[in-house]
Amino acid sequence: MQLVLEKRAERSGTIALVSPLIAIGLTILTMVILFAILGKNPLLALHAYFIAPLTDGYSLQEIAVKATPLVMIAIGLSLCYLANAWNIGAEGQFLIGAVAGSWIAVRTQGTDAGAWVLPAMLVLAAAAGALYALIPAICKVKFGASEILTSLMLVYVADLFLDYLVRGPWRDPHGFNFPTTAEFDPVATVPLLIEGGRLHLGSIIALLVVAAAAILLARTIKGFEIRVVGAAPRAARFGGFNANQLVILTFAVSGALAGLAGVIEVAGPVGHLQPGISPGYGFTAIIVAFLGRLNPLGILIAGLFLALTFIGGEQAQIAMKIPLDVTKVFQGILLFYVLACDSLILYRFKLVFPNRQVTRGAG
Amino acid sequence: MELVEAIILSVLAASTPLLIAATGELVTERSGVLNLGVEGMMIVGAACGFAGAWLTGSIFIGALFGIVAGTMMSLIFALMALGLAVNQVATGLALTILGVGLSGLIGAGFVGERITPAVHLFIPGLTDIPLVGRVLFGEDGFVYVSIALVLGVWWFLYRTRAGLILRACGDNHVSAHALGYPVLRIRTFAVMFGGACAGLAGAYLPLAYTPFFIPGMTAGRGWIALALVVFSSWRPGRLVVGAYLFGAVTILQLHAQGWGVGIPSQFMSALPYLATIIVLVLLSRARSGGSTAPAALGTVFVPDR
Repeated sequence: MQLVLEKRAERSGTIALVSPLIAIGLTILTMVILFAILGKNPLLALHAYFIAPLTDGYSLQEIAVKATPLVMIAIGLSLCYLANAWNIGAEGQFLIGAVAGSWIAVRTQGTDAGAWVLPAMLVLAAAAGALYALIPAICKVKFGASEILTSLMLVYVADLFLDYLVRGPWRDPHGFNFPTTAEFDPVATVPLLIEGGRLHLGSIIALLVVAAAAILLARTIKGFEIRVVGAAPRAARFGGFNANQLVILTFAVSGALAGLAGVIEVAGPVGHLQPGISPGYGFTAIIVAFLGRLNPLGILIAGLFLALTFIGGEQAQIAMKIPLDVTKVFQGILLFYVLACDSLILYRFKLVFPNRQVTRGAG
Repeated sequence: MELVEAIILSVLAASTPLLIAATGELVTERSGVLNLGVEGMMIVGAACGFAGAWLTGSIFIGALFGIVAGTMMSLIFALMALGLAVNQVATGLALTILGVGLSGLIGAGFVGERITPAVHLFIPGLTDIPLVGRVLFGEDGFVYVSIALVLGVWWFLYRTRAGLILRACGDNHVSAHALGYPVLRIRTFAVMFGGACAGLAGAYLPLAYTPFFIPGMTAGRGWIALALVVFSSWRPGRLVVGAYLFGAVTILQLHAQGWGVGIPSQFMSALPYLATIIVLVLLSRARSGGSTAPAALGTVFVPDR
């Protein structure tokens, strides 16, 4: 007796809809086992992870704040992945965006620069992120170098560059030698939506990005091209779509969104440039993109869910001394289950008995 | 003279984990599977390897822990990418994300602990030879294992029937399947070999390179190993050249920092990553005539019945 995969005649719509939910269920089940191994009460741990953050206003705002960069980056990545272009260096583009935006903030510090500062920071960060993402895209299109490896290598380069800036030329002279820039001026800060709260304008921008992506994919020729090039490269060639051009375009857009997310993070919740501004947003966004089924609305929901795990992880660490790495393990396992469940959309399991030849029609 | 010897020794030490991990990945890719999770398998290998050595006091058992850990990680990959026909790129990324988390969890209790690092070979008379003595006869066991590993893989791939079948799976899985070879089973073994090597390469870092464990200590070496396989055109001989070149770049930047060259240290630290990109571009460009990659690399295979 053997368990084998069998291709379905057509993709299963039902499973496409429920597979993320199955994946989340299986992940939670696995986490229960992991909590038990760690010697923590699984029910209390699950409560700390998934329920407690939803019960107070501060945590709810904090979830939206964390979801903002995740959703923005993941929307860009989903365009890449739909077009079969593998940008996995969003973390680097995020950091470069943060650096580019901070440049304006640092240069205008203490001057009477007006309200143009923040918009200029956002534009420059998006441009810098896009340019940084174009490096692997052009290496791919012009020279055939694997965009996976080049985009990933640039993450380390961006990380070191940021480190150099805040330890060298941009270090706050009154910062007690800490590697950080001075706190940004109010004109260089993303405004809050609620006075005294945490929610900021960036979350609105993220929602606009989701809406724009939904329209792009569902209602425009470019969106159609992106989907066809990824799903059916041969058909795309016959249709005269330029796959290389789409690699450049999707990389540039995802780089711009990651850069924008980066500057919003430093000019918003963080308030200054320092190493470690990202707890791996660029990588977690990959999970968000897949969990959201590369669909803008799905990504919004998935982003909120993963933001919940970040906040829940912090609360579980404080309340139950559960290590923060558990959150990363959780996210990794979740991605595995999501991918595995996705397999069931195209394939079904079938028991094969090698001795008795079971030859009923394919179905 | 002593400086030259010291530099060669440190280049060898820096190259060895790259060489071991890349050799394993080369076999995996030759069977047609692209496992991007090398970094994840390495970092888990590092954490488990250190845990094993710290608990038992034996470097050898530590290395075994690393190998087993890497193999177990690769089995998850095999289950997903081969058993469930999931996209290999996405699965490899998932493996790395999971590995980073797991290694933090496993290694958390060992941060700050120290062990006695792997001993270096000493043969009286031979190891004392100036310049070449310590390079040839004074390395730790991992270095010799890495050389043996490459030679063994070369022999296996080009001189044995099993190696030929493995390469056939990587070039055309449909034909290999039609000839009656169990493509998925062969690929599973290749993936496991890659995992074992990555685990060993990871374990090398806390067992021989630095005698302690820090989270994230692989620092992208798994990704550089992946780039090295491309650099080598999927051939073991060139892999050795590539690994030592990269080791040299790593050491060059360390020494340049030590000599107080007026370049910020972060720029020197970025050198290995930039070198990887440049090498990938130059090689891919030189190969515009035709790819040397296994033809079926990274493609999903579900046998027809």
